[in-house]
Amino acid sequence: MSPFVEIDNVAMRYGGTDGTLALEGATLSVAKGEFIAVVGPSGCGKSTLMRLVTGLWPPTEGNVIVAGSEVTKPLSIAGMAFQNPTLLPWRRVLDNVMLPLEVVEPHRRRLRANRAQYEAEAHALLKLVGLEGFAQKQPWQLSGGMQQRTSLCRALIHQPELLMLDEPFGALDIFTREDLWAVLQDVWLARRPTVILVTHDLREAVYLADRVLCMSARPGRIIAETVIPFPRTRDLALTYTPEFQALVAGLRGQIDAARKQPGLADVA
Amino acid sequence: MSLEAPHPKDRAAALIAAARRRRRLQAWLPWLVVIGMFAFWEAGVRAFDVAEFILPAPSAIAASMVKWWNPILQNAWATLVTTTIGFALAIVFGLALGVAIGSSTLLYHGLYPLLIAFNSVPKVAVVPVLVIWFGAGAIPAIITAFLISFFPIVVNVATGIATVEPELRDVLRALGAKPSDIIRKVGLPRAMPYFFASLKIAITVAFVGSIIAETVASNDGIGKLMIVASSRFDVPLVFAGLIVTGIMGVGMYAIAAAIETRTTGWAMRGQLDPMSAAPGG
Repeated sequence: MSPFVEIDNVAMRYGGTDGTLALEGATLSVAKGEFIAVVGPSGCGKSTLMRLVTGLWPPTEGNVIVAGSEVTKPLSIAGMAFQNPTLLPWRRVLDNVMLPLEVVEPHRRRLRANRAQYEAEAHALLKLVGLEGFAQKQPWQLSGGMQQRTSLCRALIHQPELLMLDEPFGALDIFTREDLWAVLQDVWLARRPTVILVTHDLREAVYLADRVLCMSARPGRIIAETVIPFPRTRDLALTYTPEFQALVAGLRGQIDAARKQPGLADVA
Repeated sequence: MSLEAPHPKDRAAALIAAARRRRRLQAWLPWLVVIGMFAFWEAGVRAFDVAEFILPAPSAIAASMVKWWNPILQNAWATLVTTTIGFALAIVFGLALGVAIGSSTLLYHGLYPLLIAFNSVPKVAVVPVLVIWFGAGAIPAIITAFLISFFPIVVNVATGIATVEPELRDVLRALGAKPSDIIRKVGLPRAMPYFFASLKIAITVAFVGSIIAETVASNDGIGKLMIVASSRFDVPLVFAGLIVTGIMGVGMYAIAAAIETRTTGWAMRGQLDPMSAAPGG
């Protein structure tokens, strides 16, 4: 079976021919329904990778293929969540969650006629992330963690086949973060979207992903891959086992190596 | 004096009462200031025995208003109508051009210098040209009100749309949204606070525009009334015209402000009562 997401020898340079080279020779493939995490030193082009896969930006070199066709414009099968909640401040929580339904086909066409059904789905999602009863609130009435949960609901409401998460829990405290790991795992097990999670948190990567990819310092490329063998459903107790900690320590070593090891451009 | 801490319930009640007193003061303050200003003015004119054709006392202006109530009302109505038409045109075209300029860098760079050049031209200098084209009457006044109030609307709407956070735009782009979707769902709502801020400026300067035009060439309107009154050295009537203009300006401003708080309350949350604020956590 061909991979669902395939990035082949991709380079990305910002701002003209002598601009910053963010990615070079990046190659990776993700199977359908797989959960992968991308880690790497700060500024290694992880977020750039996200933007390339979703088609927000075109790559300078190489190909990005998603669901069998080359990505040339923004995808509509993707749900995205960023480090900031990026909620629209003039919309209530419920309307923020339902935003993708107003844009993405076929929901866009059906929304008016089936509003009640879609609203029920939104309420179910909000309940899943522990936001029952907050649907009618304005975003600024919620705490940072609650806004982030809302943002996660918005990424999921249109049942995307591809879920792109760019440090979605980065700004949260550790307790909220661990709660949301469990929520995300539940959602993934229930719906099996393909997930690419960019994160700085190695425990998060090991806890959630099937495979953890480590990127080099800028210009970024994938330099190591760690398969996470733990069965699902994983629970938080797992994170205190020696096996888990050994994997985290291994990743930590990879990142240290990545920081010392320059990218391709400096070698050439 | 008791050193015991007040009961929490009492403290909450005291806070609410204090907030209520504050709100009441806020509601009355503008009236108190206006009344105080007129009292000060009246006292000053009487104390220094200022001649009526230099600075009439508020009582003289009020008497003049009562005496000439019919022409004042008719001319004020004429000014209000021309100003409102010019202002409405400015809203329609200002909003359209603001959206266009704000969402396209090409248009922004292409049109901005021209817009600034237009806005730098004194509108008094334009009125004679308009009179040559359209003849004396309401049309030059409408166009002047439009010209003068158009610019702040364009600039503000364009700024609101051009400064949409890239993250907000990416949220929609990542869903495959069309540029028109992005303008409708993010750009326009985001620009609304800017738009209403500009309306408050635009409505007040629209009166300036129409009255300038009326003083140059018109058969009716407050501007015309003031020119006629000053040619007869009826200074109290001139001041009556000024005050009526001020009242109309405040009235229109209040309408714009009321619409603003109804539609863009989300952007004004800092001004809401802290007692109703969000739960923390």
